[in-house]
Amino acid sequence: MTEPLVKPKKKNPVERTRLATRPPAARSRSALGLTRAAAEGRFEMQVCAECGAVQYPPREVCGRCLSERLAWKPVDDRGELLATTTLRHSNDPYFRERLPWRVGSVKMAAGPVVVAHVHEDCTANGAVRLALKLDRSGQAVIHALPAKNTPNMNEAPQMRESTCDPKFRRVLVSDGKSAMGLAVAEAMLDAGAATVFVGDPTIWKRVAAFDRLAADPRVQVVELDVTDTDSVKRLAASIGGKVEILVNTAAYLRDGGILGRKDVILARDAMDVNVLGPMRLAQAFGPGMCFRAADGTHGAVAWVNVLSIHALVALPGRGAWSASMAAALSAAQTLRAELRGAGVQVVNVFPGPIDEEWEQLTPPPKLAPATVAKAIVQGLQDGREDIYVGDIAEEIRERLRHNHKAVERELGQ
Amino acid sequence: MTTPILTQFMNALLTGRLRLVDLTQTLTPEFPTIVLPPEFGQAWPFRIEEISRYDERGPAWYWNNFSMSEHTGTHFDAPIHWISGKDQPDNAVDSIPAENFIAAACVIDVSAESAENPDFLLTIDFVEAWEARHGRIPERAWVLLRTDWSKRTTPREYLNMAEDGAHSPGPDAEVVPWLIRARNVHGFGTESVGTDAGQAHHLNPPYPCHYYMHGNNRYGLQCLTNLDQLPPQGALIFAAPLKIRNGSGSPLRVLALAPAA
Repeated sequence: MTEPLVKPKKKNPVERTRLATRPPAARSRSALGLTRAAAEGRFEMQVCAECGAVQYPPREVCGRCLSERLAWKPVDDRGELLATTTLRHSNDPYFRERLPWRVGSVKMAAGPVVVAHVHEDCTANGAVRLALKLDRSGQAVIHALPAKNTPNMNEAPQMRESTCDPKFRRVLVSDGKSAMGLAVAEAMLDAGAATVFVGDPTIWKRVAAFDRLAADPRVQVVELDVTDTDSVKRLAASIGGKVEILVNTAAYLRDGGILGRKDVILARDAMDVNVLGPMRLAQAFGPGMCFRAADGTHGAVAWVNVLSIHALVALPGRGAWSASMAAALSAAQTLRAELRGAGVQVVNVFPGPIDEEWEQLTPPPKLAPATVAKAIVQGLQDGREDIYVGDIAEEIRERLRHNHKAVERELGQ
Repeated sequence: MTTPILTQFMNALLTGRLRLVDLTQTLTPEFPTIVLPPEFGQAWPFRIEEISRYDERGPAWYWNNFSMSEHTGTHFDAPIHWISGKDQPDNAVDSIPAENFIAAACVIDVSAESAENPDFLLTIDFVEAWEARHGRIPERAWVLLRTDWSKRTTPREYLNMAEDGAHSPGPDAEVVPWLIRARNVHGFGTESVGTDAGQAHHLNPPYPCHYYMHGNNRYGLQCLTNLDQLPPQGALIFAAPLKIRNGSGSPLRVLALAPAA
């Protein structure tokens, strides 16, 4: 049985902080198909279109019939543990620091035998479920999990190397006053966050829900306006060493295309909040989070960008905003590459329309901010890197894969 | 031979018979700008980014880029700022005659009234009572409203927003045309974020200070500070906005000369 997490003790301030190491990151290009599936929380392998054989490890041609027609598809995740062992020695610096480490071989119901990280609650020779998860290098690894959930199973040390659970962690919500920010802060508290720092960009404005949130003893209100470099730097200088999960909820959404306006002020304001905002946050908070990525049992783990599905394809009715979302996604990809060295996971959230004041005229279905916030928490607990929330986001994502021109034309009508 | 007049002036400054008072708020990112309903365009607050600071971006020099609206921080309102002043001659900051950047100032102290009632409105009666004590407002003088609003140091206290909008003092709709017609004033200045009261959108006309002052080619100053250091009469104001082509206003340094207290 997995021991439940205990609240981390206060750190000994005269001990050197352990720096982050990473598990081996090299993968073949074919193997990155596993990474794509893991990033979105799916279990996929290559399946031969000719003979139906499921392939593992990923390859260029079918291991049975040599066909090149291998397609990534969801496959049966069940299997049986053939053999397990617990490593007590490793020459790899990352695993050395995390020993003992349980590994094993699993015979998949779908055919292949895979080597997997084996959960401590798996019984020898028992039935297991396989899951693809990202490791601290951002690459896919296979975890063998008990066939049925066991208590606290996500709290096992090996699982925590592939997840970003907010429990007992300290979270910064950059704009805690927006509908989304309030919902994220509440969801983080519900998930057991030790402290939630909520940014207040408009201290002159009273928001009753924000005042109620601030009354929670685990909540600390901080002045933060992501368009003000000095404000971002001041905050990082004061709490930068405590932030283990950063959720950027600062957002600027306004209607309007490009030709319909006389100026680019709205576009510039959108860029300032949605693109330069996270860049300012990254420059101020990124280095500290990287430094603390392996600090104890609750190091800095995740950077969450709340974007929109329209980061992937423009909604011309909100053209300037869409452009800012696309730019924000691009910046997030760079940030992901830059934070990967420390193993801090960059999580991009792509919701469909959200039920908030600037989406008043958007027809339903709209997502409640609490739904998006729960999806963020779930994604962190599962260790996902791309989170699509709601039917509209799922549909657009799926349809972009098949015919992105069709989506572009339809959204432009 | 008599001493040249500017030498006399400098001597008065050096010997302390004249004081220089800075009426300007420091430009900081935190200093609030006026808040309009969010569907309207908004004035940019002051923002600053370092270009270099004796570092790899510029080894021997320190400098910054900054951005803000024409109406951020202590700023000057030109007549073209308001629709009523759009057709006035020389109504933009670049075309206002330079001699208009120096004028006498009358400081009307309503700080006690404002402390009691943040919606305090200046009336003709109040100004006449002030004149009875301090003398008639001279022609082409700034009328500055001392509310001590500049001593409200947090944005929340300064903007004083409630569910029905901002609450800060200003002139009523009758006193503004009266100041222009009967006293031929130069302009109106305040310590709060606008020359009009926080609730001035409910007056008739809305924003009477903007409407009448600019409609009569007069000027505005707002976000002033240190008005408590000026005498009711006898101070001189230097307020020269930046020379922005067709600019509607500009942040500026407002300096006052006042006799030694």
